[in-house]
Amino acid sequence: MACIEARGLRKAFGATVALDGVNLRVEEGRILGLIGPNGAGKTTALNAILGLTPYQGELKVLERDPWSERDQLMRDVCFIADVAVLPRWARVSQLLDYVAGVHPRFDRARAEGFLAKTTIRRTSRVRELSKGMVTQLHLALVMAIDARLLLLDEPTLGLDILYRKQFYDSLLNDYFDRNRTIVVATHQVEEIEHVLTDVMFIDRGRIVFDRSMEEVEPRYLEVMVRPEQAAAARALKPMHERQAIGGSVLLFDGVDRQRLAALGDVRTPSIADLFVAVMGNQPGQAQGAL
Amino acid sequence: MNTQSNTVPGTPLEAQVTAPAVIPATRRMYWSVQRELWESRSIYIAPLAVAGLILFGFLISTIRLPGKMRAALALDPMAQHKLLAQPYDFAALAIMGATFVVAVFYCLDALHGERRDRSILFWKSLPVSDLTTVLSKASIPLVVLPLLTFAITVVTQWIMLLLSAAVLLGSGLSVATLWTQLSLSEMWPMLLYHLLAVHSLWYAPIFCWLLLVSAWARRAAFLWAGLPVLAIALVEKIAFNTTHFAAMLGNRMGGGAEAVTVPGSSPMDPMTHLTPGHFLSSAGLWIGLVLAAVFLAAAVRLRRYQGPI
Repeated sequence: MACIEARGLRKAFGATVALDGVNLRVEEGRILGLIGPNGAGKTTALNAILGLTPYQGELKVLERDPWSERDQLMRDVCFIADVAVLPRWARVSQLLDYVAGVHPRFDRARAEGFLAKTTIRRTSRVRELSKGMVTQLHLALVMAIDARLLLLDEPTLGLDILYRKQFYDSLLNDYFDRNRTIVVATHQVEEIEHVLTDVMFIDRGRIVFDRSMEEVEPRYLEVMVRPEQAAAARALKPMHERQAIGGSVLLFDGVDRQRLAALGDVRTPSIADLFVAVMGNQPGQAQGAL
Repeated sequence: MNTQSNTVPGTPLEAQVTAPAVIPATRRMYWSVQRELWESRSIYIAPLAVAGLILFGFLISTIRLPGKMRAALALDPMAQHKLLAQPYDFAALAIMGATFVVAVFYCLDALHGERRDRSILFWKSLPVSDLTTVLSKASIPLVVLPLLTFAITVVTQWIMLLLSAAVLLGSGLSVATLWTQLSLSEMWPMLLYHLLAVHSLWYAPIFCWLLLVSAWARRAAFLWAGLPVLAIALVEKIAFNTTHFAAMLGNRMGGGAEAVTVPGSSPMDPMTHLTPGHFLSSAGLWIGLVLAAVFLAAAVRLRRYQGPI
């Protein structure tokens, strides 16, 4: 069952094309990383999925049309945006009261339980909290909602490393299960790589890479090659080559592991390296799917 | 799209979709209004502050009250009433004026502030429709503020009366004249009628216009609220050398007095004749309400498209 399904999703702001015929399908129970440079269309794609912006093309989220059914859809979908969007005037207790008042799937006791593990006081106003605490508060509210789809748009931007790590640890340990789907849009690949089940690269409004992590691991390999073997390695048509201390690192798509092992140390590339390789292979115009 | 998989019956996913837990619309509305009161505390702080000032001033004025009462006793009932009821009328007018100003500023910020501070992204991530949100915001000037004004005025006038009674009794004078001349039992229904008829119904298009501007303007909502109005009046004056639009606006702002009460009299004056039949059948009222509904519908639609600014 697809949680999100888009066909030919298009969105333009005047002459700027933010989404250029996006096709995507996200199955239930996945954690998808939507990765792209700034301005690639990540936020626009999330906004379309959330029913915050009109679009052309077909889009179904949990079998609903997000633009015409936003309020019903939000019973099953949660969202944390790129910067703290909690109202600064609100007290923590007021936010708990309000969400409990309007959201049928909010479990107040659960939210209080998450907050008890933090130093956030119930009487504090949002404006008095640090950026990290605001994110903790938002996460506590969202994790207490029994939603089926959680969308995160650069949720840890501007947070220090402790809060960032804690954020994803909480999500994985206290929230995620096989009935929920999480989509994380970010350009900071490293910190989410280990939590993802699927990865998508988006560039200039197009999905240019769409694989599950199980597919990525056997298929893409990175070899550290000493200069004398560089020519032999290049003959195998690497996707990407970068220089490192003591030689070159070449990234291959679908080349046999045994053959590569003869050339040097073989390892699975990080998503960041794969991202650089895929983006480097994009033609100048936004034409290219892989 | 994907109609085959959508119509597969009996999947757990589908079962969840068709049986969502339900929160009644009235409860969503209640919490939406509650959140406005949390955010804009001036809604109740401003009239309470004015009431406090009035009581403070009135307390000082009670020093002169016994002398004023003795003077009043020599006058005819009409003049007596005018002299004694004046501070009470003034209190009601001052509180009303304060809440009107609060309503104007509230409306101009209501759909603008949430876009400015980006919290609209949070509000829109909750299962509350744009219609519910806009209606909850419109209910502040149209329902909450008139009723609040009434409650605060009644309490203020009661305290004024109790203070007066204490002072009069202390100086050996009778409270009876004051009580009969004030005739609060007639004054209060009149006040409530005035608030609902004028501040809620008659002013509805003004408040809804301000809400629409706050949903539309990216900045300087105050300016955008006034400029089109000025422009229309100006073009009319130059093109036709008439001032119908300005006159119509003046009539609206002036409270449509001829439709409500006898012109030129205080709304709390017991001599005033209520004309609810005349008011409810006046074209001005209904045209205004239709306009208010159009403005609100446009504001709902705008909020759907608008994101943070």
